[in-house]
Amino acid sequence: MNGTNEKSDKLPAHWSDETAVQLETGETLLAWFEPDLDDRLHYARGVVLLTDRRVLSGREVEGGAVHWQSWPLTEGTSLRTVEHGSAATLELVDSSGRLACWYYTAGKATAAHRLVQKLESWRRSRQDGDGQSGTAVCPSCGAPINAEDGRCEACAAGPAKPSLSALLRLAAFSRRRARIIVLGFILTVSAVSASMVPPYLTKPIIDNVVRPWEERKENHSTLAVWLLIGLAATAIVAWALDWAKLYVLAWVSERISADLRAKTYAHLQRLSLEFFGGKRTGDLISRISNDTERLCNFLSINLIDFSTDILMIVMTSVILMSINPLLALAVLCPFPIILWMVARVRGRLLRGYRQAGAAWGSMTSVLADTIPGIRVVKAFAQESREIERFDVSNERVFHSANRLNKVWSLFSPTVTMLTTYGSLIVWVFGIWQIFKGRTSLGELTMFLAYSARFYTRMESMIRMASAVQRAAASAQRIFEILDKQSNVPEPVRPVHPGRLEGRIELRGVRFKYGSREVLHGLDLTVAPGEMIGLVGPTGAGKTTLINLICRFYDVSAGAILVDGTDVRSFPVEEYRRNIGIVLQEPFLFYGTIAENIAYGRPNASREAIVAAARAARAHEFILRLPCGYDSLVGERGQSLSGGERQRISIARALLIDPRILILDEATSSVDTETEREIQAALQNLIRGRTTIAIAHRLSTLRRADRLVVVENGHIAEIGRHDQLLEARGSYARLHQAQMELVHGRNGNGT
Amino acid sequence: MEPKGAANGQAGPRPFGLHYDVWGRLVLTDADGRQHIGVELVRAFPLSDPQRGISICDCKGRELVWIADLNALPVSLVRQIEEELAKREFVPIIRRIVKVSAPIEPSEWEVETDRGCTTFVLNSEDDVHELDEHRALITDANSIRYLIPDLRQLDSHSRRLLERYL
Repeated sequence: MNGTNEKSDKLPAHWSDETAVQLETGETLLAWFEPDLDDRLHYARGVVLLTDRRVLSGREVEGGAVHWQSWPLTEGTSLRTVEHGSAATLELVDSSGRLACWYYTAGKATAAHRLVQKLESWRRSRQDGDGQSGTAVCPSCGAPINAEDGRCEACAAGPAKPSLSALLRLAAFSRRRARIIVLGFILTVSAVSASMVPPYLTKPIIDNVVRPWEERKENHSTLAVWLLIGLAATAIVAWALDWAKLYVLAWVSERISADLRAKTYAHLQRLSLEFFGGKRTGDLISRISNDTERLCNFLSINLIDFSTDILMIVMTSVILMSINPLLALAVLCPFPIILWMVARVRGRLLRGYRQAGAAWGSMTSVLADTIPGIRVVKAFAQESREIERFDVSNERVFHSANRLNKVWSLFSPTVTMLTTYGSLIVWVFGIWQIFKGRTSLGELTMFLAYSARFYTRMESMIRMASAVQRAAASAQRIFEILDKQSNVPEPVRPVHPGRLEGRIELRGVRFKYGSREVLHGLDLTVAPGEMIGLVGPTGAGKTTLINLICRFYDVSAGAILVDGTDVRSFPVEEYRRNIGIVLQEPFLFYGTIAENIAYGRPNASREAIVAAARAARAHEFILRLPCGYDSLVGERGQSLSGGERQRISIARALLIDPRILILDEATSSVDTETEREIQAALQNLIRGRTTIAIAHRLSTLRRADRLVVVENGHIAEIGRHDQLLEARGSYARLHQAQMELVHGRNGNGT
Repeated sequence: MEPKGAANGQAGPRPFGLHYDVWGRLVLTDADGRQHIGVELVRAFPLSDPQRGISICDCKGRELVWIADLNALPVSLVRQIEEELAKREFVPIIRRIVKVSAPIEPSEWEVETDRGCTTFVLNSEDDVHELDEHRALITDANSIRYLIPDLRQLDSHSRRLLERYL
């Protein structure tokens, strides 16, 4: 990102003083660039200044002094960039040779291009007498931007990432369900209160009913009946409240995790292709299914239990304290020890759970890799290696779980032991107090009843420590997706495309995958209804160019204009509605053929679907299927041949009646006979639409109005088939090679 | 039998006639009077819209006549077409599921259909498809299809057996 947010006319402070000394009077600074490597490719500071007279270079030498050099600008001098991986050079050349060169890292590439272009545009403006109108505006938000760079500072500054911990964000996420959560909380409080009543009643039963009879034969049977009725009644009330509480809270937690799943999936669908390129399917599936499920469990079981426990402990301590503070302290004394233990293992547990989550994700990734790729696995007889690969990740799951269990298995028994000692202390204290006459038998019984509950809850409370960590890890994995910003952002001030005419203009389009620039400034104008054939060797950047036109990615520099508007100004969905794509590997979703054809226009009439299928030459083979258009295809359905699938995908593109049509190797995976069928189908598709087609078989592109030869990220040649053949350039060579291949094959055949 | 087809462009086919020859083959006489022997009738949307989109194909599967809407044709021809379609369409409608042999596939199913009682083998649970709400299609090991037009109308025993497949 270095260099993209900097303005070309504002020099960093530490250079500006130096520069002021170096510049002659009347000399104006046009642009500057900071190479960040020296000629041994070590990090070093330096600056290249472009003025209206010279190119100046300042290099920081040892001790902080700057060593300056300069070259006058003559007619022949020009700047150029040479990129090789993550380091690149900027070269100053004239007709006699290379004058100087500077090295920089890939992060500075855009800034370097800017300098090169600045020199060119400055020279052009001097030759033409008037400069280009320099007021470019951001296609997304309308703010003025640097014309050469094409990036908007206002848009580049993403929203600050919230630093709240993941679980707190989950709370924020649940705010929509606040009302029912409050209801659940009230129910919890009442249920806990109701459960506190029975031990409380044991005291009067023993002190006012049992002991008077035992010691003095006094009969308090009416009181006894009332107390027992009270016990029975609270049991029923507690049952009803518990049931209501559990149901309400389970509903809420299921609802929240469903909301979360829905939101994550919706967000995932909107992320750009770049995100999916870097993620493994299994991991994403596991995040959306397992992690939300885990959160749901946490909310519905652990959190409810925990809040109940906390309430119970607080209430119990209050009751105990109010009756007999000393005895109460005895009951509570293991509590701080347990808290201390929890604090100690917490960090280890969090790490453990995150590792376990990652291990689980990589195991599902193995499955998601190999099951769709099973044909390849079998073809290369790699079953045993795949089994081994799965075993390795499965073992990792086991070991990460095992590490956690080691902590756990020690932890739980320790807590149990502590609580046993706790009740022992209560006994010791209680007996001592009874001897002293400071407490009654009833009170001691009550204390024991309370402390038993207290301690049984204590253990489950400890489980919370791990549950929280586990849930936090899950929440983190989900919010990681939700925090991802699409690399293809929606415009801030959208221009609605409506139905486009289909004029495409590429202006100095550059694109980088990471640090590797694959398109080095393409310029091309395609008229509405024109068919362009993209030709060139694999890896030349043809598919990248198409991805940019479809806006699966955004350009690194330059702009793509459709009907004179930058594509970044259109809302993504509205823009893509104008584009039909037929890919090399047509993807059919699970569903009927009719549904698959109507994928881009789900409400299309049956007549329209049949018409599209007819035009795509798919109608007749569809009729031969057992259920016609109602036959199921896709992952679990009827298997279709490559050509058949392709024709369905052509019908799909036809049905949405796009203005711009993209054909990416649409016929390369089928035999020539089928190709002819598909070609005929494509003819119907291409008519009247701006079409950009990639093909390796040059014969496929016979009907193209113009052929564009792309080589190494540059446009090498443009022209009609016969023109290019005459030019004897790259196209002629490609054509020659293919002809030889065809003839060679024929020669072998006869 | 030369009915007049609806004359509104592509919606109605040009007039044609159907008859059986002495060998029992279906013969189409098209609008130009040409005869096509051994033609087949195919429904394009047998499940979602059986009454519309019927195609008459020759023995090689090439389409000869497209009938967008059956109801646009004269009644006698419609009857003839439906009789012919009924002859070649074998999709028993399941009225009741008596027994499913085992909870794991392949399982043997004993069902009562509109064409009588039968048993079939289900290869995988993926062969039970819920078409749209309340409709299900079962494909057996021999690719014979069985239709359940309304799941709600099955008795509770059948529904319970079917539950885990949907």
